[in-house]
Amino acid sequence: MDVMPKWADVVLVPLFSLVLAAFLSALLILAIGESPGEALKLMVQGTLLRSAGWGYMLYYTTNFIFTGLAVSIAFHASLFNIGGEGQAMMGGLGVSLVCLFIPWPHWSLAIVGASVGAAVFGMIWAGLPAYLQAKRGSHIVITTIMFNFIAAGVLNFFLVGALKPKGSMDPATANFPASTHLPTFEDMAQLLGFEKMFRSAPANVSFFIALLACVAVWYLIWRSPLGYEIRALGKSGPAARYAGVGSVKIIMITMMISGALCGLMAINTTQGESERLILNFTEGAGFIGIAVALMGRSHPLGVLLAALLFGFLYQGGAELALWTKIPRELIIVIQALVILFTGALTMMVRAPLERLFLAAWRG
Amino acid sequence: MSFIKSILGSAAAVALTATAVLADPAIIFDLGGKFDKSFNEAAFKGAERWADETGGSFREVELQSEAQREQALRRFAEAGNNPIVMAGFAFADALSKVAPDYPDTKFAVIDVNWLDMPNVRGIGFNEHEGSYLVGMLAAQASKTGTVGFVGGMDIPLIRRFGCGYAQGVKAVNPNATVIANMTGTTPAAWNDPVKGSELTKAQISQGADVVFAAAGGTGVGVLQTAADEGILSIGVDSNQNYLHSGKVLTSMLKRVDIAVYEAFKSGNNLETGNFTGAVGYAMDEHNASLVTAGMQAKVEKALASITSGALSVHNYTDDETCPAVSF
Repeated sequence: MDVMPKWADVVLVPLFSLVLAAFLSALLILAIGESPGEALKLMVQGTLLRSAGWGYMLYYTTNFIFTGLAVSIAFHASLFNIGGEGQAMMGGLGVSLVCLFIPWPHWSLAIVGASVGAAVFGMIWAGLPAYLQAKRGSHIVITTIMFNFIAAGVLNFFLVGALKPKGSMDPATANFPASTHLPTFEDMAQLLGFEKMFRSAPANVSFFIALLACVAVWYLIWRSPLGYEIRALGKSGPAARYAGVGSVKIIMITMMISGALCGLMAINTTQGESERLILNFTEGAGFIGIAVALMGRSHPLGVLLAALLFGFLYQGGAELALWTKIPRELIIVIQALVILFTGALTMMVRAPLERLFLAAWRG
Repeated sequence: MSFIKSILGSAAAVALTATAVLADPAIIFDLGGKFDKSFNEAAFKGAERWADETGGSFREVELQSEAQREQALRRFAEAGNNPIVMAGFAFADALSKVAPDYPDTKFAVIDVNWLDMPNVRGIGFNEHEGSYLVGMLAAQASKTGTVGFVGGMDIPLIRRFGCGYAQGVKAVNPNATVIANMTGTTPAAWNDPVKGSELTKAQISQGADVVFAAAGGTGVGVLQTAADEGILSIGVDSNQNYLHSGKVLTSMLKRVDIAVYEAFKSGNNLETGNFTGAVGYAMDEHNASLVTAGMQAKVEKALASITSGALSVHNYTDDETCPAVSF
């Protein structure tokens, strides 16, 4: 046997990449005269040892689960959806239209409506490039990334124009009515009798929708005929076509599911956190989704774990900015190092690790 | 063990806010970052001045995302920092949610003067009046009778700058032309020196020979291009005369530094309510050769009549119209 067993491939490679990234980050922090041990301690204390820290981490995690799932489902069909950012922006537009213009009696109905709005808008925004790919052969990477810019323009148009309340300086919509506000973890903890848990943290019920989405994607990909067709097309287009899988149909459906998942991210950020639509609410989550999907090997469980890691890095980074003199630019560099090693450089790590592992395995 | 410690720690922090012992002040910069040579940097300088004079230390943070506004406010308040100063109108929303939860912490926010809360000091500025003064200088320095205005993000606050400026220009030379351009409609417009430079070139080609930049970090590009092309420019917020000595006519000062310095200095005794900060124009060795005594006398006279109430400068944000220029 000249490959690693699957468990080693799935566990060891990301772990080793992470250690490498951590090591380089530690060197960087040392170089600017701060203590890496102290930095790590701050990140852990501010994130994992406080319930509000968890609340922020899971808020970021929710975003990354949605975008990570979206990228992985496209990966299964060998499509590279780099337009998560734009699809999420359009999702935000969908959420805000639903929340602003429909009088919802209760949040539980509003979240259903907003999810539909977010998914439909995201779906349309992914469907257009998918159509161009399927019917016209325009490369999906190029079209989806261009659609990010168009989405940013569209969002901008609405936020400085029709949706902005008169006299407001912020490019943002009016606040959503109170009946659409989602219960946060703080509200839920209070219901269960825990006062002061998750205090004012933004994590909300949409986290559970993200978990449901993980299960749904797993079922879709590995337990449904449609998932089988998606994977067949991804493995070999000609073979799938020979077996009677319509490639146009599968490309369209896969990308539209992918766009819908990206759009759903907006229920967390827009309806759950800011409770109005703001510019830049995606904060790069569409791109982080690519790293999450790569690190999670396009498996929903892996995506969940990778999303937790990136949630930790985001919240930990905020803690570093608050309590140390480490400039925010360096915090972005640290986050980028993790993305570089876990996402882009897995192959670099895998080959030597495989050799080492096999040598040790054989004794 | 350390989980318990952190719970105890946060309980202690809550206790601390009640008594506010040894509370360091804190400042939160907006997304533009603290080294924008303009608005945020003025705030930073005020904080530095306080630290230099008192030997005290302060906490500071530059935000990375919108979700962090509320988080930074709460974390500083829980850690016992007092007072907490915010630079920018974008904090209004977060602050109105957070302030009631920490009644013993004092907050000061720049460019927001409409919150009415018992522990919040709002500091607004009469930017239209300061801009009026530099507008008068611009009209007197201009040979072509055409002057320019480059705004940052197109919001009513920046239009207030532009409108005051145009009124000052017209007060000196009723036939003058004022060209007004905005850099953009999103927060990215605060930090786009390349676009600022392009707009300046476009205004020069239309005959402008003095350009006023009210655009945060974008203004760096405006001032640079004006200096390169041999025309005069006017800086904003901080004194920017030194950036291109002898080529920056003056700077419209919005004394954010004083506002921050005073907030830090008064500590827990910070007076709350809505206040008006100082505005003015900058005179130093870098522009002494550009502004003659006669020009300055005219401006000082206008300043005196504004102070006495004899002259009122139209404020754009009162009715969202401007008699002197169209945007």
